[in-house]
Amino acid sequence: MMGDLQMRVTALHDEAAGIRRVRLEPVEGGLLPAFSGGAHVVVAMPDGDVTRRNPYSLCCDPEDRTGYEIAVARAAASRGGSAYIHERLAVGDVLTVGAPTNLFQPDWRAKKHILVAGGIGITPFVAMMAQFARAGLAFELHYAVRSRAAAAFAGVLQDRYGPRVKIYAADEGARLPLGALVQNQPLGTHLYTCGPERLMDAVLETARQAGWPEQALHSEHFMAPPPGDPFTVTLGRSGRDVAVAPDQSLLEALEAAGINPRYLCRGGVCGECATKVVELRGTILHGDHYLTPEERAESRTIMICMSRFSGDRLVLDL
Amino acid sequence: MQGATIRSRPVYPGLAIAPLARRHIFALEGEGAGALLDIAGDLTPEVLGRSQILYVARGSLGVGHHGALQTLGAAFWAAPTVQPLLGRLDVELSRSHMGTRLYLAGTEGFIGQAMQVAAAHGIDPASVITEHRGSRARRVQCVHCKGVTEGVTASPFTCGHCGLNLYVRDHYSRRLGAFQGVNIDAEEPGAVPPPEELYL
Ligand code: FES
Repeated sequence: MMGDLQMRVTALHDEAAGIRRVRLEPVEGGLLPAFSGGAHVVVAMPDGDVTRRNPYSLCCDPEDRTGYEIAVARAAASRGGSAYIHERLAVGDVLTVGAPTNLFQPDWRAKKHILVAGGIGITPFVAMMAQFARAGLAFELHYAVRSRAAAAFAGVLQDRYGPRVKIYAADEGARLPLGALVQNQPLGTHLYTCGPERLMDAVLETARQAGWPEQALHSEHFMAPPPGDPFTVTLGRSGRDVAVAPDQSLLEALEAAGINPRYLCRGGVCGECATKVVELRGTILHGDHYLTPEERAESRTIMICMSRFSGDRLVLDL
Repeated sequence: MQGATIRSRPVYPGLAIAPLARRHIFALEGEGAGALLDIAGDLTPEVLGRSQILYVARGSLGVGHHGALQTLGAAFWAAPTVQPLLGRLDVELSRSHMGTRLYLAGTEGFIGQAMQVAAAHGIDPASVITEHRGSRARRVQCVHCKGVTEGVTASPFTCGHCGLNLYVRDHYSRRLGAFQGVNIDAEEPGAVPPPEELYL
């Protein structure tokens, strides 16, 4: 992709049990493109004979233009990206990193920002809080974790921001007080959540039930493409067939075949990879958060980063 | 209601009660009272118990709706003119919390001014529920002297502040809550087409 950077791993650090922070600095030296809190980068990593490109939120201070930092949880059923970072990545390695993209922008008109994180969902907030604090904006972080040992960044955030950071450890019996969180907040408060889908759904639904307007609610879904049965896709322009393996997404299979479709999030939320369906005999297994139910039913468009196919023939406008 | 043909022009979809809101603040101007009275059927005792109505009678028809609004049974306050209403709205909003929804109905100039009060409290304009009622008269800011003229119904018109002949552009500034007025006879002073009544 345009704007790709060659970056060297300059530090690896275990932030918490099973969470590794990676610092990357440009091979060529110099200052990196600026980013704002909530931005992510797509990191390309070898995994067997395939290249995985995974999105990770930047979790460093946006003022630091000398390096980017990401934090990666060891996933139980890793598709490669996370296992690679935990088992094989070493200081000195060089990775291809895309330019930062922000699909989780804070609303700078807000009077107050409430951040609700679950587990590794803390990462975008680390960068956001650095900006909020510098700008003197009101914010609070509510951070749900399995245990304090598994709580990445908990110590440094508490040191930096004191009582504005609240941690709820499940093994201590603490739970996010969602109902109380959305009560008595001043007008102009915005709410942001990142973490497991169930946690985000609960946060957003609690706020909606308390009368919060959609415009004040923000969430970041980071989902890996689901595995599934293999299938074949036909490229309408060349007539070429491309096989999609069980643990490969349609987008990854196209990239492996030398085609470079557009993407930003690789997680089914941004809409960038929307691709026209030219012919369909079978069912598209929509896995995105982008298309409306009507668009899904019509299946004239497929989000190739997340969706799969089952049937006889799928021809795309590629 | 006016159409939304020009992109910078705001859209006013019409009043509808946000069912989950904990509190409702209605700021109504003139004929804007009708927007609320028309949905009186949706105003359950529960909604009314959580509502505050602020009203100013300056309507295009000059008819007050105090009585009809008062009989709805919600907390009601009538302002003598627009400025005190905006002042009271500011106070109400400063006491409010998330879960409060704001509803505005009246002329475009009124909605624009009230929207500015709301924006100062961090309320997203898209979350405010609006309905255009009454005169289509525009609030116009002269791009030359920056003076704002209220209730402009024709274009061109004479700026009430600097006296230039102004053509009313369709460009609407959310920040100012006003349309732009641009001098029309700069090249040839006095060459002004006859005013057309466009925004009655
Ligand atoms: S790349 Fe964002 S939806 Fe597919």
